Amino acid sequence: MSTATLETAAHHEAHHGDHHGDHHHHETFITKYVFSQDHKTIAKQFLVTGIIWAFIGGLFSVIFRLQLADPNATYPWLEDLLGHWAPGGKLQPEFYYALVTMHGTILVFFVLTAGLSGTFANFLIPLQIGARDMASPMLNMLSYWFFFLASVIMMSSLFVQTGPASGGWTIYPPLSALGEASSGSKIGMDLWLVSMAMFIVSSLLGGLNYITTILNMRTKGMSMTRMPLTIWALFFTAVLGVLSFPVLLSGAILLLFDRNLGTSFYLSDIVVAGKILPNEGGSAILFQHLFWFLGHPEVYIILLPAMGMSSEILSVNSRKPIFGYMAMVGSLFAITILAFLVWAHHMFVTGLNPFLGSVFVLLTLLIAVPSAIKVFNWLTTLWRGNIRFTPGMLFAIGFVSLFISGGLTGIFLGNSALDIHLHDTYFVIAHFHIVMGVASFFGMYAGVYHWYPKMFGRYMNNTLSYIHFWVTIIGAYLIFWPMHYEGLAGMPRRYYDFSNWESFKMFGDLNQFISMIALIVFAAQLLFVINFFYSIWKGRKVTEANPWKANTLEWTTPIRPGHGNWPGDIPEVHRWPYDYSKDGKDFIAQDVPVGADESKH
Amino acid sequence: MNEFYLIAIVAMIFVVIFQIAKASEYVSVLKGEEKSRKQNNKINAFLMIAFLIVGLYGAWYCNELYYGKTLFPQGSASVEGEKIDLMLYITIGVTGTVFIITQVLLFWFAFKYQERDGNKAFYFPHNNKLELLWTTVPAIFLTILVVFGLKFWFKVTGDAPKDSVVVEITGHQFAWDMRYPGKDGKLGKKNYKLYNQPSGNTLAVDFEDPESHDDLHTTEMHLPVGKPIKLVINAMDVIHDVGLSHFRMKMDAVPGIPTTLWFTPKYTTEEMKKRTGNPNFVYEISCDQMCGKGHFSMRGVIVVESEEDYNKWLASQKPEYFTLYPDKDPTATKNTENTADSTANKSVAAVMPKP
Repeated sequence: MSTATLETAAHHEAHHGDHHGDHHHHETFITKYVFSQDHKTIAKQFLVTGIIWAFIGGLFSVIFRLQLADPNATYPWLEDLLGHWAPGGKLQPEFYYALVTMHGTILVFFVLTAGLSGTFANFLIPLQIGARDMASPMLNMLSYWFFFLASVIMMSSLFVQTGPASGGWTIYPPLSALGEASSGSKIGMDLWLVSMAMFIVSSLLGGLNYITTILNMRTKGMSMTRMPLTIWALFFTAVLGVLSFPVLLSGAILLLFDRNLGTSFYLSDIVVAGKILPNEGGSAILFQHLFWFLGHPEVYIILLPAMGMSSEILSVNSRKPIFGYMAMVGSLFAITILAFLVWAHHMFVTGLNPFLGSVFVLLTLLIAVPSAIKVFNWLTTLWRGNIRFTPGMLFAIGFVSLFISGGLTGIFLGNSALDIHLHDTYFVIAHFHIVMGVASFFGMYAGVYHWYPKMFGRYMNNTLSYIHFWVTIIGAYLIFWPMHYEGLAGMPRRYYDFSNWESFKMFGDLNQFISMIALIVFAAQLLFVINFFYSIWKGRKVTEANPWKANTLEWTTPIRPGHGNWPGDIPEVHRWPYDYSKDGKDFIAQDVPVGADESKH
Repeated sequence: MNEFYLIAIVAMIFVVIFQIAKASEYVSVLKGEEKSRKQNNKINAFLMIAFLIVGLYGAWYCNELYYGKTLFPQGSASVEGEKIDLMLYITIGVTGTVFIITQVLLFWFAFKYQERDGNKAFYFPHNNKLELLWTTVPAIFLTILVVFGLKFWFKVTGDAPKDSVVVEITGHQFAWDMRYPGKDGKLGKKNYKLYNQPSGNTLAVDFEDPESHDDLHTTEMHLPVGKPIKLVINAMDVIHDVGLSHFRMKMDAVPGIPTTLWFTPKYTTEEMKKRTGNPNFVYEISCDQMCGKGHFSMRGVIVVESEEDYNKWLASQKPEYFTLYPDKDPTATKNTENTADSTANKSVAAVMPKP
């Protein structure tokens, strides 16, 4: 701990010690709920913003699934909603692609990055390591407001005349660089890039804060190896983000230059819409390298927090220690390192040197080893447990199931020979939606259900939670499992209509079925949203400080902790967080000193 | 008006579900929260095992329904693609086994070790032997997959045989154009700045280069069966991708950076009609890289035929040079139609007018 942070901590200590946390400095509505520097409030801001974005992103997928269900159908209400993008209720191809692009961008960045790690890193890091707040609450607040700014810009791009970005969430140039090539590559693309730049600033401010806080502000006794796995996961997530997001920023800025300043970073030898462009010497592939250098770690930025939270929740609700704690930390570390070394597996068919490709095959399939360790450790954690199916636990188990299913198809795609056939088909859609989309969502839901009592001092409705879980997991498999078959038939991604293709038109019924299930699953998510907001004010009140009988420090705070988290001293930590069912005791919290008669582990 | 009712009905369903959920909460308070929690636990544990059984059955059923529609029952239409199919089967074998074992364990454990009165969880924090076991076993299986995968990968991506038939394919929004090297076996140079000079030179061929004079420009690809084919792949405007799912081949078309791929077709189009039982069967070139609003309609057609028919077709094509410079054409008295098969993309063109 540096002296500066020590002093801050001491200051907080004194302040809260003296007043017993009862009357803080005067807080207005603005400082308490809007420009708050309390990590818990910022977490909730991220979460609520994430939920709003998830609703929008999910709705977009429902709209484009309508198109895929029946390419000839018209829906007059679509014209009311989308205006000239759906004349006569028929979705236009440009806007179909805009919807697909925004769905990806929103879900990957705004929901599963900001909404997931933004929420839980903010909420859990100080509470679980025993800190009063983040290392820099001010930067933390700015992190949210930069995200908010990014959101406003991205949202505004939905309303411009030429439409939002429509080149896919990966925005490959030259398509994204040339307004002549696509109407979505006009002003909508500039807004996309500026919004992402703001988003990256937000992500960096957040990430640096998380790392600093975890390294410097742990309470007495909380050595690194006594940290809950959630914290380890969030730590590695932040490291990944800090090291890779700047590369995306550089890629985005070069693209802005190519678009607006006449540079040729990505452009060469192009004739577009009959116009011969002067640009020569650039490489369209350069962008893909820059993009995927973030883009692949991004997958793990999304997935690691879900892994961490699921580990914690599985352990608590099995009433067993997580199996192989050090192996779990080690595999997180291995995944973090490997995440940086596999990006070109997205580029096997770009004309990449086959030898270079083979290196990426090796490194990519290597990731399966730490992933397998994690899966087997989770399974062993359940083995001979005494399992309570809380809503959080259900989603954590669902997470493991989806992670297995989606992870195994990664072995198909990471193997370059097979990737030649499967690349950019529905197989890819199925793979990454299961492993990074739905699985991460499950981790997020598990986290929300598990820590909701700590966030709001109330419970969410259990029955609704159970319905939400079962409809979602069944629906997710029904949607994405058959897509593997479409992919094996070579059916390409990002097609607005398959009916003119002799090779792909035989899946019409299946597409209809998938769309129907997607609609039902979307409705089930609305149940979650209703449950979430209703329970903030009307849920059953939490009456005990530690409702799940968990070991970690957040449950030693009052039911509704104020700014500073603990009214008195921060508890001291004496043990790791997984002493469940040890020596005949149901659980032994981290702040309980080690007894003389206790067995060692 | 219909929509209004629909929204009303959906809203009603939500209200009903919500009310039931709310009511169940009050009931559980009356019954005793601990008791109803235990009941819920039993229900969810049962659903776990039910989900496993129904899920595994569902996976089997899905396979029954759709395996026939994938390209694998009919086999690869190229010699090289057979290796990719074999790789697929090896991978399915390995991952399928792991899938079944892990999913069964997951849901079975969840069911078996559900909370029961008097039951105590087993304190089992780690076990080095077990952890070593499931580090090394996956590593061994992955090594097998990597070895096979890379062997096939180098075979497929290696240099094309010297006697390959060379065809150039160029993608632009939203169609494919082919160029054949003609009698000299060499493709003439290109320079994108010569686009449309003279008018109609859409592939920006440099006609100063004499090697270009016998090159053929077509919109349909004809290939001889049983001979290695090397595709030289270009793009005019944005990135496209030559997707040949029947041949298990795929390669991006990148403006400014030519790429190649090669394969050996095994069956003619006519043979494939019989093999697939589909009288309308055609080999299609799909664009597999998002390229703009007409991406989904960027369709090309390949006709694989006997070498004899292929040569006949080649002979019937007129070099582009003579089309663009009719005064240089020794046979210029006849029609000046560009290509014999300009109707090939008509169906696509009808859906998606070029910008």
